[in-house]
Amino acid sequence: MKVLVTVKRVIDPYVKVRVKSDGSGVETANVKMAMNPFCEIAVEQAVRMKEAGTVSEIVVVSIGTTQSQETLRTAMAMGADRGILVEVAGEVQPLAVAKLVKAVVDKEQPGLVIMGKQAIDDDSNQCGQMTAALLGWPQSAFTSAIAVNGDSADVTREIDGGLEKLTIKLPAVVTTDLRLNEPRYVTLPNIMKAKKKPLEVVKPEALGVDVTPRLKTLKVEEPAKRSAGVKVVDVAELVAKLKNEARVI
Amino acid sequence: MAILVIAEHDGKQLKPGTTNTVTAAAKIGGDITVLVAGTGCAEAAQAAAKIAGVQKVLLADAAHYAGGAAENLTALVQGIAGQYSHILAPATGYGKNFMPRLAALLDVQQISDISAVVSADTFVRPIYAGNAMATVQSSDKIKVITVRATGFDAAGEGGSAAVENIAAGADTGLSAFKSQELSKSDRPELTAARIIVSGGRGMGSGDNFKILEALADKLGAAVGASRAAVDSGFVPNDYQVGQTGKIVAPELYIAVGISGAIQHLAGMKDSKVIIAINKDPEAPIFAVANYWLVEDLFKAVPEFTAAL
Repeated sequence: MKVLVTVKRVIDPYVKVRVKSDGSGVETANVKMAMNPFCEIAVEQAVRMKEAGTVSEIVVVSIGTTQSQETLRTAMAMGADRGILVEVAGEVQPLAVAKLVKAVVDKEQPGLVIMGKQAIDDDSNQCGQMTAALLGWPQSAFTSAIAVNGDSADVTREIDGGLEKLTIKLPAVVTTDLRLNEPRYVTLPNIMKAKKKPLEVVKPEALGVDVTPRLKTLKVEEPAKRSAGVKVVDVAELVAKLKNEARVI
Repeated sequence: MAILVIAEHDGKQLKPGTTNTVTAAAKIGGDITVLVAGTGCAEAAQAAAKIAGVQKVLLADAAHYAGGAAENLTALVQGIAGQYSHILAPATGYGKNFMPRLAALLDVQQISDISAVVSADTFVRPIYAGNAMATVQSSDKIKVITVRATGFDAAGEGGSAAVENIAAGADTGLSAFKSQELSKSDRPELTAARIIVSGGRGMGSGDNFKILEALADKLGAAVGASRAAVDSGFVPNDYQVGQTGKIVAPELYIAVGISGAIQHLAGMKDSKVIIAINKDPEAPIFAVANYWLVEDLFKAVPEFTAAL
Protein backbone atom coordinates (compact mmCIF):
# COMPACT_ATOMS: atom_id res chain seq x y z
CA MET A 1 0.00 0.00 0.00
CA LYS A 2 1.14 3.51 -0.80
CA VAL A 3 0.91 6.07 2.02
CA LEU A 4 0.79 9.83 1.68
CA VAL A 5 2.04 11.91 4.61
CA THR A 6 1.83 15.69 4.99
CA VAL A 7 4.38 17.87 6.80
CA LYS A 8 4.31 21.56 7.74
CA ARG A 9 7.21 23.87 8.43
CA VAL A 10 6.44 25.93 11.54
CA ILE A 11 8.22 28.07 14.11
CA ASP A 12 10.10 25.71 16.44
CA PRO A 13 7.64 24.86 19.23
CA TYR A 14 10.23 25.70 21.89
CA VAL A 15 10.70 29.24 20.62
CA LYS A 16 8.70 31.96 22.35
CA VAL A 17 6.90 33.85 19.59
CA ARG A 18 6.83 37.64 19.45
CA VAL A 19 3.91 39.60 18.12
CA LYS A 20 4.93 42.21 15.52
CA SER A 21 4.56 45.77 16.74
CA ASP A 22 2.29 46.67 13.80
CA GLY A 23 -0.18 43.95 14.82
CA SER A 24 0.01 42.19 11.45
CA GLY A 25 1.19 38.83 12.77
CA VAL A 26 4.07 37.22 14.64
CA GLU A 27 7.75 37.72 13.89
CA THR A 28 9.09 34.94 11.66
CA ALA A 29 12.28 36.57 10.36
CA ASN A 30 15.43 34.98 11.82
CA VAL A 31 13.36 32.61 13.95
CA LYS A 32 14.28 28.93 14.24
CA MET A 33 11.93 26.74 12.20
CA ALA A 34 11.15 23.04 12.56
CA MET A 35 8.82 20.32 11.36
CA ASN A 36 5.46 20.52 13.16
CA PRO A 37 5.69 17.88 15.97
CA PHE A 38 2.46 16.10 14.97
CA CYS A 39 3.72 15.84 11.37
CA GLU A 40 6.89 14.18 12.69
CA ILE A 41 4.66 11.59 14.37
CA ALA A 42 2.84 11.10 11.05
CA VAL A 43 6.09 10.49 9.16
CA GLU A 44 7.32 8.13 11.88
CA GLN A 45 4.09 6.14 11.68
CA ALA A 46 4.41 5.70 7.92
CA VAL A 47 8.05 4.64 8.25
CA ARG A 48 7.19 2.09 10.94
CA MET A 49 4.41 0.69 8.74
CA LYS A 50 6.88 0.38 5.88
CA GLU A 51 9.39 -1.36 8.15
CA ALA A 52 6.62 -3.74 9.22
CA GLY A 53 5.82 -4.54 5.56
CA THR A 54 2.30 -3.03 5.43
CA VAL A 55 3.45 -0.05 3.36
CA SER A 56 5.37 -0.15 0.08
CA GLU A 57 5.96 3.53 -0.63
CA ILE A 58 5.83 6.78 1.38
CA VAL A 59 5.12 10.03 -0.44
CA VAL A 60 5.56 13.14 1.70
CA VAL A 61 3.81 16.39 0.78
CA SER A 62 4.33 19.91 2.09
CA ILE A 63 2.56 23.15 1.25
CA GLY A 64 4.54 26.35 1.72
CA THR A 65 7.48 28.38 0.56
CA THR A 66 10.67 27.06 -1.07
CA GLN A 67 12.13 26.63 2.44
CA SER A 68 9.62 23.86 3.07
CA GLN A 69 11.90 21.70 0.91
CA GLU A 70 14.10 21.40 4.05
CA THR A 71 11.16 19.94 5.94
CA LEU A 72 10.54 17.46 3.12
CA ARG A 73 14.24 16.46 3.21
CA THR A 74 13.95 15.85 6.95
CA ALA A 75 10.94 13.60 6.33
CA MET A 76 12.90 11.75 3.65
CA ALA A 77 15.83 11.38 6.07
CA MET A 78 13.37 9.76 8.49
CA GLY A 79 12.44 7.27 5.75
CA ALA A 80 9.95 8.78 3.29
CA ASP A 81 10.70 7.79 -0.32
CA ARG A 82 9.94 10.96 -2.27
CA GLY A 83 8.66 14.47 -1.74
CA ILE A 84 6.19 16.87 -3.32
CA LEU A 85 6.21 20.57 -2.53
CA VAL A 86 3.16 22.59 -3.42
CA GLU A 87 4.88 25.94 -3.54
CA VAL A 88 2.83 28.86 -2.23
CA ALA A 89 4.30 32.16 -1.10
CA GLY A 90 1.55 33.62 1.06
CA GLU A 91 -0.84 32.38 3.71
CA VAL A 92 -2.67 29.13 2.95
CA GLN A 93 -5.67 28.47 5.18
CA PRO A 94 -6.77 24.95 6.20
CA LEU A 95 -9.59 24.62 3.62
CA ALA A 96 -7.14 25.47 0.80
CA VAL A 97 -4.59 23.05 2.28
CA ALA A 98 -7.21 20.30 2.26
CA LYS A 99 -8.09 21.07 -1.39
CA LEU A 100 -4.41 20.91 -2.38
CA VAL A 101 -3.87 17.64 -0.50
CA LYS A 102 -6.98 16.21 -2.16
CA ALA A 103 -5.61 17.19 -5.58
CA VAL A 104 -2.32 15.42 -4.84
CA VAL A 105 -4.20 12.38 -3.49
CA ASP A 106 -6.28 12.22 -6.69
CA LYS A 107 -3.02 11.96 -8.64
CA GLU A 108 -1.11 9.65 -6.31
CA GLN A 109 -3.98 7.34 -5.26
CA PRO A 110 -2.57 6.32 -1.84
CA GLY A 111 -4.37 3.75 0.32
CA LEU A 112 -3.92 5.87 3.43
CA VAL A 113 -3.20 9.52 4.25
CA ILE A 114 -1.51 10.34 7.56
CA MET A 115 -1.50 13.94 8.80
CA GLY A 116 -0.65 15.70 12.06
CA LYS A 117 -3.72 16.51 14.14
CA GLN A 118 -2.78 20.15 14.53
CA ALA A 119 -0.08 22.58 13.46
CA ILE A 120 1.34 24.38 16.47
CA ASP A 121 1.43 27.76 14.73
CA ASP A 122 -2.19 28.58 13.90
CA ASP A 123 -3.60 25.78 16.12
CA SER A 124 -6.55 25.26 13.76
CA ASN A 125 -6.83 21.47 13.95
CA GLN A 126 -8.78 21.20 10.68
CA CYS A 127 -6.79 19.92 7.70
CA GLY A 128 -7.07 16.16 8.21
CA GLN A 129 -10.81 16.16 8.80
CA MET A 130 -11.34 18.54 5.86
CA THR A 131 -9.23 16.39 3.53
CA ALA A 132 -11.26 13.32 4.50
CA ALA A 133 -14.48 15.25 3.82
CA LEU A 134 -13.39 16.42 0.36
CA LEU A 135 -12.28 12.91 -0.58
CA GLY A 136 -15.46 11.36 0.85
CA TRP A 137 -13.22 9.08 2.93
CA PRO A 138 -13.58 8.01 6.55
CA GLN A 139 -11.44 9.78 9.13
CA SER A 140 -9.73 8.93 12.37
CA ALA A 141 -8.72 12.14 14.10
CA PHE A 142 -6.41 12.18 17.17
CA THR A 143 -5.24 8.61 16.60
CA SER A 144 -3.08 6.77 19.11
CA ALA A 145 -3.04 3.32 17.49
CA ILE A 146 -3.62 1.98 14.00
CA ALA A 147 -3.65 -1.57 12.64
CA VAL A 148 -4.35 -2.18 8.95
CA ASN A 149 -6.33 -5.33 8.11
CA GLY A 150 -6.77 -5.68 4.37
CA ASP A 151 -9.28 -3.09 3.20
CA SER A 152 -10.02 -1.66 6.65
CA ALA A 153 -8.11 -0.39 9.68
CA ASP A 154 -8.73 -0.73 13.40
CA VAL A 155 -7.95 2.58 15.05
CA THR A 156 -7.87 3.95 18.57
CA ARG A 157 -8.67 7.63 19.01
CA GLU A 158 -7.91 9.88 21.96
CA ILE A 159 -11.19 11.41 23.17
CA ASP A 160 -11.78 13.73 26.12
CA GLY A 161 -12.77 11.05 28.60
CA GLY A 162 -10.46 8.26 27.42
CA LEU A 163 -10.20 6.21 24.24
CA GLU A 164 -12.51 5.33 21.35
CA LYS A 165 -12.09 2.35 19.04
CA LEU A 166 -13.36 2.33 15.47
CA THR A 167 -13.04 0.26 12.36
CA ILE A 168 -12.68 2.47 9.31
CA LYS A 169 -12.76 1.50 5.65
CA LEU A 170 -9.68 2.21 3.57
CA PRO A 171 -8.70 4.48 1.93
CA ALA A 172 -8.94 6.85 4.89
CA VAL A 173 -7.35 9.90 6.50
CA VAL A 174 -5.73 9.45 9.91
CA THR A 175 -4.50 12.34 12.07
CA THR A 176 -1.90 11.68 14.72
CA ASP A 177 -1.96 12.26 18.45
CA LEU A 178 1.03 12.31 20.77
CA ARG A 179 0.99 8.74 21.91
CA LEU A 180 0.91 7.13 18.47
CA ASN A 181 4.71 6.85 18.53
CA GLU A 182 7.92 8.59 19.42
CA PRO A 183 9.63 9.94 16.28
CA ARG A 184 13.19 8.86 15.58
CA TYR A 185 16.16 11.18 15.30
CA VAL A 186 17.57 11.51 11.82
CA THR A 187 21.12 10.28 11.33
CA LEU A 188 23.78 11.93 9.20
CA PRO A 189 24.00 9.06 6.67
CA ASN A 190 20.22 9.23 6.23
CA ILE A 191 20.35 13.00 5.77
CA MET A 192 22.91 12.45 2.99
CA LYS A 193 20.75 9.74 1.40
CA ALA A 194 17.67 11.99 1.57
CA LYS A 195 19.40 14.59 -0.59
CA LYS A 196 19.31 12.14 -3.50
CA LYS A 197 15.64 11.26 -3.16
CA PRO A 198 13.23 12.77 -5.75
CA LEU A 199 11.53 16.05 -4.83
CA GLU A 200 8.90 17.47 -7.17
CA VAL A 201 7.72 21.08 -6.99
CA VAL A 202 4.22 22.01 -8.20
CA LYS A 203 2.13 25.18 -8.09
CA PRO A 204 -1.45 25.37 -6.79
CA GLU A 205 -2.64 26.56 -10.24
CA ALA A 206 -1.34 23.34 -11.79
CA LEU A 207 -3.53 21.47 -9.29
CA GLY A 208 -6.51 23.70 -10.11
CA VAL A 209 -6.91 25.01 -6.57
CA ASP A 210 -7.74 28.58 -5.56
CA VAL A 211 -5.84 29.32 -2.33
CA THR A 212 -7.29 32.81 -1.70
CA PRO A 213 -7.80 33.14 2.09
CA ARG A 214 -11.40 33.18 3.31
CA LEU A 215 -10.56 34.55 6.74
CA LYS A 216 -9.09 38.02 6.96
CA THR A 217 -6.79 38.64 9.90
CA LEU A 218 -7.66 42.11 11.15
CA LYS A 219 -5.03 42.20 13.89
CA VAL A 220 -2.77 40.08 16.06
CA GLU A 221 -2.12 41.13 19.64
CA GLU A 222 -0.29 39.99 22.75
CA PRO A 223 -2.57 38.16 25.18
CA ALA A 224 -3.51 39.87 28.44
CA LYS A 225 -0.70 39.51 30.96
CA ARG A 226 -1.22 38.05 34.42
CA SER A 227 -0.29 40.33 37.27
CA ALA A 228 2.91 39.38 39.09
CA GLY A 229 2.52 36.85 41.87
CA VAL A 230 4.24 36.43 45.21
CA LYS A 231 6.62 33.84 46.55
CA VAL A 232 5.59 32.09 49.75
CA VAL A 233 8.10 30.59 52.17
CA ASP A 234 6.27 27.47 53.29
CA VAL A 235 3.08 25.43 53.03
CA ALA A 236 1.54 27.17 56.04
CA GLU A 237 1.86 30.57 54.36
CA LEU A 238 0.52 29.14 51.09
CA VAL A 239 -2.59 27.72 52.79
CA ALA A 240 -3.12 30.99 54.67
CA LYS A 241 -2.92 33.01 51.43
CA LEU A 242 -5.37 30.70 49.68
CA LYS A 243 -7.81 30.93 52.57
CA ASN A 244 -7.58 34.59 53.50
CA GLU A 245 -6.33 36.44 50.44
CA ALA A 246 -7.47 34.49 47.36
CA ARG A 247 -10.38 32.85 49.26
CA VAL A 248 -10.46 29.85 46.96
CA ILE A 249 -10.30 27.07 49.57
CA MET B 1 -29.85 35.37 12.08
CA ALA B 2 -30.39 31.74 12.91
CA ILE B 3 -27.71 29.92 14.89
CA LEU B 4 -27.32 26.18 15.28
CA VAL B 5 -25.42 24.90 18.32
CA ILE B 6 -24.39 21.26 18.19
CA ALA B 7 -24.60 19.83 21.70
CA GLU B 8 -22.00 17.56 23.23
CA HIS B 9 -23.63 15.07 25.58
CA ASP B 10 -23.45 11.56 26.99
CA GLY B 11 -27.06 10.69 26.11
CA LYS B 12 -28.41 11.78 29.48
CA GLN B 13 -26.61 15.00 30.27
CA LEU B 14 -25.01 17.81 28.33
CA LYS B 15 -21.24 18.10 28.56
CA PRO B 16 -20.06 21.31 30.18
CA GLY B 17 -18.81 23.05 26.98
CA THR B 18 -22.30 23.04 25.44
CA THR B 19 -23.76 25.74 27.68
CA ASN B 20 -20.71 27.98 27.14
CA THR B 21 -21.23 27.55 23.39
CA VAL B 22 -24.84 28.72 23.78
CA THR B 23 -23.49 31.86 25.47
CA ALA B 24 -21.18 32.47 22.50
CA ALA B 25 -24.21 32.04 20.20
CA ALA B 26 -26.16 34.57 22.26
CA LYS B 27 -23.31 37.08 21.87
CA ILE B 28 -23.52 36.70 18.08
CA GLY B 29 -27.26 37.35 18.45
CA GLY B 30 -30.15 35.53 16.78
CA ASP B 31 -32.49 32.58 17.25
CA ILE B 32 -30.64 29.68 18.85
CA THR B 33 -31.44 26.08 17.92
CA VAL B 34 -29.60 23.22 19.64
CA LEU B 35 -29.06 19.93 17.83
CA VAL B 36 -28.78 16.84 20.00
CA ALA B 37 -27.66 13.91 17.86
CA GLY B 38 -26.73 10.54 19.29
CA THR B 39 -27.92 7.13 20.34
CA GLY B 40 -30.59 7.14 23.07
CA CYS B 41 -30.26 10.83 23.82
CA ALA B 42 -33.83 12.03 24.51
CA GLU B 43 -32.86 12.97 28.08
CA ALA B 44 -30.00 15.13 26.84
CA ALA B 45 -32.44 16.87 24.48
CA GLN B 46 -34.70 17.67 27.47
CA ALA B 47 -31.66 19.13 29.26
CA ALA B 48 -30.86 21.27 26.19
CA ALA B 49 -34.45 22.57 26.12
CA LYS B 50 -33.94 24.01 29.61
CA ILE B 51 -30.93 26.16 28.68
CA ALA B 52 -31.83 29.85 28.92
CA GLY B 53 -31.94 31.52 25.51
CA VAL B 54 -32.55 28.37 23.45
CA GLN B 55 -35.60 28.62 21.16
CA LYS B 56 -35.70 25.12 19.73
CA VAL B 57 -34.08 21.71 20.18
CA LEU B 58 -33.68 19.24 17.33
CA LEU B 59 -33.30 15.60 18.31
CA ALA B 60 -31.79 13.03 15.93
CA ASP B 61 -31.59 9.63 17.56
CA ALA B 62 -30.05 6.69 15.70
CA ALA B 63 -27.59 3.87 16.34
CA HIS B 64 -25.11 5.19 13.80
CA TYR B 65 -24.52 8.38 15.82
CA ALA B 66 -22.75 6.45 18.59
CA GLY B 67 -19.39 7.86 19.66
CA GLY B 68 -17.75 10.63 17.65
CA ALA B 69 -19.37 9.45 14.36
CA ALA B 70 -17.88 12.32 12.35
CA GLU B 71 -18.93 10.95 8.96
CA ASN B 72 -22.58 10.34 9.87
CA LEU B 73 -22.97 13.44 12.02
CA THR B 74 -21.63 15.78 9.34
CA ALA B 75 -23.90 14.20 6.74
CA LEU B 76 -26.85 14.96 9.03
CA VAL B 77 -25.86 18.56 9.73
CA GLN B 78 -25.00 19.25 6.09
CA GLY B 79 -28.63 18.51 5.27
CA ILE B 80 -29.97 21.25 7.55
CA ALA B 81 -27.05 23.71 7.40
CA GLY B 82 -28.66 25.94 4.77
CA GLN B 83 -31.17 27.22 7.32
CA TYR B 84 -28.49 28.76 9.53
CA SER B 85 -26.09 31.70 9.39
CA HIS B 86 -23.81 30.24 12.08
CA ILE B 87 -23.07 26.68 13.22
CA LEU B 88 -21.27 26.35 16.55
CA ALA B 89 -19.89 23.49 18.61
CA PRO B 90 -17.60 23.32 21.63
CA ALA B 91 -13.87 23.15 20.79
CA THR B 92 -13.49 19.87 22.66
CA GLY B 93 -12.32 16.52 21.36
CA TYR B 94 -15.92 16.02 20.21
CA GLY B 95 -16.37 19.27 18.30
CA LYS B 96 -12.85 19.36 16.89
CA ASN B 97 -13.41 15.93 15.37
CA PHE B 98 -16.40 16.63 13.13
CA MET B 99 -16.68 20.41 12.67
CA PRO B 100 -13.83 20.77 10.13
CA ARG B 101 -15.37 17.90 8.17
CA LEU B 102 -18.68 19.78 8.12
CA ALA B 103 -16.97 23.04 7.14
CA ALA B 104 -15.21 21.41 4.17
CA LEU B 105 -18.48 19.86 2.95
CA LEU B 106 -20.04 23.33 3.06
CA ASP B 107 -16.93 24.88 1.40
CA VAL B 108 -16.42 27.08 4.45
CA GLN B 109 -13.19 28.05 6.21
CA GLN B 110 -13.88 27.12 9.83
CA ILE B 111 -12.97 29.52 12.64
CA SER B 112 -11.42 27.36 15.35
CA ASP B 113 -11.46 27.84 19.09
CA ILE B 114 -12.89 31.36 19.38
CA SER B 115 -12.43 33.05 22.76
CA ALA B 116 -14.47 36.19 22.04
CA VAL B 117 -17.18 37.45 19.67
CA VAL B 118 -16.50 40.90 18.19
CA SER B 119 -19.45 40.91 15.77
CA ALA B 120 -21.49 38.44 13.72
CA ASP B 121 -18.56 37.91 11.33
CA THR B 122 -15.52 38.82 13.45
CA PHE B 123 -14.02 36.73 16.23
CA VAL B 124 -10.94 36.50 18.43
CA ARG B 125 -8.98 33.25 18.57
CA PRO B 126 -5.70 32.27 20.20
CA ILE B 127 -2.80 31.20 17.96
CA TYR B 128 0.71 29.98 18.83
CA ALA B 129 -0.45 28.28 22.02
CA GLY B 130 -2.21 31.43 23.17
CA ASN B 131 0.93 33.57 22.88
CA ALA B 132 -0.89 35.72 20.35
CA MET B 133 -4.55 36.57 19.87
CA ALA B 134 -5.80 36.96 16.30
CA THR B 135 -8.94 38.90 15.36
CA VAL B 136 -10.33 37.34 12.19
CA GLN B 137 -13.19 38.21 9.89
CA SER B 138 -15.03 35.58 7.85
CA SER B 139 -16.45 36.19 4.39
CA ASP B 140 -18.19 32.79 4.21
CA LYS B 141 -21.97 32.69 3.96
CA ILE B 142 -22.29 30.20 6.81
CA LYS B 143 -19.89 30.64 9.72
CA VAL B 144 -18.67 27.32 11.10
CA ILE B 145 -17.15 27.95 14.53
CA THR B 146 -15.72 25.97 17.42
CA VAL B 147 -15.89 27.70 20.80
CA ARG B 148 -13.29 27.72 23.56
CA ALA B 149 -15.45 27.11 26.63
CA THR B 150 -13.19 29.05 28.99
CA GLY B 151 -13.82 32.23 26.98
CA PHE B 152 -17.55 32.27 27.75
CA ASP B 153 -19.67 31.81 30.88
CA ALA B 154 -22.00 28.84 31.00
CA ALA B 155 -25.60 29.71 30.03
CA GLY B 156 -27.99 29.15 32.91
CA GLU B 157 -31.24 27.24 33.07
CA GLY B 158 -34.70 28.71 32.67
CA GLY B 159 -35.49 27.94 29.04
CA SER B 160 -38.46 25.91 27.87
CA ALA B 161 -37.74 25.19 24.23
CA ALA B 162 -39.77 22.70 22.22
CA VAL B 163 -38.03 19.47 21.28
CA GLU B 164 -38.58 18.44 17.68
CA ASN B 165 -37.60 15.01 16.39
CA ILE B 166 -35.85 15.13 13.05
CA ALA B 167 -35.23 12.23 10.74
CA ALA B 168 -31.80 10.70 11.09
CA GLY B 169 -29.59 10.79 8.02
CA ALA B 170 -28.42 7.66 6.27
CA ASP B 171 -25.53 5.63 7.70
CA THR B 172 -22.55 6.41 5.46
CA GLY B 173 -21.04 3.05 6.37
CA LEU B 174 -17.54 4.55 6.23
CA SER B 175 -16.76 3.94 9.87
CA ALA B 176 -18.01 1.50 12.48
CA PHE B 177 -18.02 2.33 16.18
CA LYS B 178 -16.60 -0.46 18.34
CA SER B 179 -16.18 0.82 21.88
CA GLN B 180 -15.21 3.61 24.20
CA GLU B 181 -12.94 3.06 27.17
CA LEU B 182 -13.62 5.93 29.50
CA SER B 183 -11.31 6.63 32.40
CA LYS B 184 -13.23 5.83 35.57
CA SER B 185 -12.92 8.45 38.23
CA ASP B 186 -15.02 9.73 41.11
CA ARG B 187 -13.31 13.09 40.77
CA PRO B 188 -14.81 15.94 38.73
CA GLU B 189 -14.05 16.26 35.02
CA LEU B 190 -11.07 18.46 34.21
CA THR B 191 -13.03 20.92 32.11
CA ALA B 192 -15.77 21.29 34.73
CA ALA B 193 -13.72 21.26 37.96
CA ARG B 194 -13.54 24.24 40.32
CA ILE B 195 -10.08 23.16 41.45
CA ILE B 196 -7.43 21.22 39.50
CA VAL B 197 -4.28 19.62 40.86
CA SER B 198 -1.80 18.92 38.04
CA GLY B 199 1.50 17.06 38.04
CA GLY B 200 4.44 17.28 35.67
CA ARG B 201 7.67 15.51 34.93
CA GLY B 202 8.82 16.32 38.48
CA MET B 203 6.39 13.71 39.78
CA GLY B 204 8.92 11.09 38.65
CA SER B 205 6.43 8.22 38.17
CA GLY B 206 2.77 7.39 37.76
CA ASP B 207 2.78 5.88 41.23
CA ASN B 208 3.80 9.20 42.74
CA PHE B 209 0.58 10.75 41.41
CA LYS B 210 -1.04 9.15 44.49
CA ILE B 211 0.10 12.09 46.61
CA LEU B 212 -1.62 14.46 44.16
CA GLU B 213 -4.77 12.35 44.22
CA ALA B 214 -4.83 12.55 48.02
CA LEU B 215 -4.56 16.34 47.81
CA ALA B 216 -7.21 16.47 45.07
CA ASP B 217 -9.62 14.38 47.13
CA LYS B 218 -9.21 16.70 50.12
CA LEU B 219 -10.04 19.67 47.86
CA GLY B 220 -12.73 17.98 45.73
CA ALA B 221 -10.45 18.66 42.78
CA ALA B 222 -9.77 17.06 39.40
CA VAL B 223 -6.33 15.68 38.59
CA GLY B 224 -4.50 16.85 35.49
CA ALA B 225 -1.02 16.57 34.05
CA SER B 226 1.45 18.27 31.76
CA ARG B 227 2.35 16.83 28.38
CA ALA B 228 5.74 15.82 29.84
CA ALA B 229 3.99 13.62 32.40
CA VAL B 230 1.78 12.08 29.70
CA ASP B 231 4.73 11.55 27.36
CA SER B 232 6.63 9.86 30.19
CA GLY B 233 3.70 7.47 30.59
CA PHE B 234 2.87 8.53 34.17
CA VAL B 235 -0.83 9.11 33.37
CA PRO B 236 -3.22 8.66 30.41
CA ASN B 237 -3.55 11.24 27.65
CA ASP B 238 -6.95 12.45 28.81
CA TYR B 239 -5.22 14.00 31.85
CA GLN B 240 -3.31 16.36 29.59
CA VAL B 241 -3.76 20.10 30.07
CA GLY B 242 -2.18 22.24 27.37
CA GLN B 243 -2.13 23.47 23.79
CA THR B 244 -2.81 20.01 22.42
CA GLY B 245 -4.73 18.70 25.42
CA LYS B 246 -7.55 20.24 27.41
CA ILE B 247 -7.97 23.96 27.92
CA VAL B 248 -9.03 24.72 31.48
CA ALA B 249 -9.74 27.81 33.57
CA PRO B 250 -10.70 26.68 37.09
CA GLU B 251 -10.89 28.95 40.13
CA LEU B 252 -7.74 27.35 41.49
CA TYR B 253 -5.01 25.57 39.52
CA ILE B 254 -2.29 23.85 41.50
CA ALA B 255 0.78 23.04 39.37
CA VAL B 256 3.09 20.55 41.01
CA GLY B 257 6.48 19.63 39.57
CA ILE B 258 5.54 21.39 36.32
CA SER B 259 8.27 23.58 34.84
CA GLY B 260 5.82 25.58 32.70
CA ALA B 261 6.53 24.84 29.03
CA ILE B 262 4.78 27.18 26.56
CA GLN B 263 2.48 24.38 25.53
CA HIS B 264 1.32 23.71 29.12
CA LEU B 265 0.77 27.39 29.96
CA ALA B 266 -1.47 27.57 26.88
CA GLY B 267 -3.93 25.25 28.58
CA MET B 268 -4.19 26.80 32.04
CA LYS B 269 -3.08 30.42 32.14
CA ASP B 270 -6.65 31.72 32.21
CA SER B 271 -7.24 30.06 35.61
CA LYS B 272 -8.35 32.56 38.26
CA VAL B 273 -5.71 31.64 40.85
CA ILE B 274 -2.60 29.65 39.99
CA ILE B 275 -0.22 28.20 42.54
CA ALA B 276 3.02 26.45 41.65
CA ILE B 277 5.17 24.14 43.71
CA ASN B 278 8.58 23.40 42.21
CA LYS B 279 12.06 22.91 43.64
CA ASP B 280 13.63 24.82 40.74
CA PRO B 281 13.63 28.54 41.67
CA GLU B 282 13.93 29.42 37.95
CA ALA B 283 10.88 27.43 36.77
CA PRO B 284 8.95 29.47 34.13
CA ILE B 285 5.64 28.40 35.72
CA PHE B 286 6.31 30.97 38.47
CA ALA B 287 5.82 33.77 35.94
CA VAL B 288 2.11 32.99 35.69
CA ALA B 289 1.58 31.92 39.34
CA ASN B 290 -0.23 34.07 41.90
CA TYR B 291 1.63 32.21 44.66
CA TRP B 292 4.66 30.03 44.32
CA LEU B 293 6.61 27.85 46.66
CA VAL B 294 10.17 26.71 45.99
CA GLU B 295 10.29 23.35 47.71
CA ASP B 296 10.58 19.63 47.09
CA LEU B 297 7.09 18.52 46.07
CA PHE B 298 7.39 15.22 47.94
CA LYS B 299 7.66 17.24 51.16
CA ALA B 300 5.29 20.10 50.28
CA VAL B 301 2.33 18.16 48.84
CA PRO B 302 1.75 15.83 51.85
CA GLU B 303 2.15 18.87 54.13
CA PHE B 304 -0.41 20.75 52.03
CA THR B 305 -2.85 17.82 52.23
CA ALA B 306 -2.36 17.55 56.00
CA ALA B 307 -2.91 21.29 56.46
CA LEU B 308 -6.40 21.24 54.90
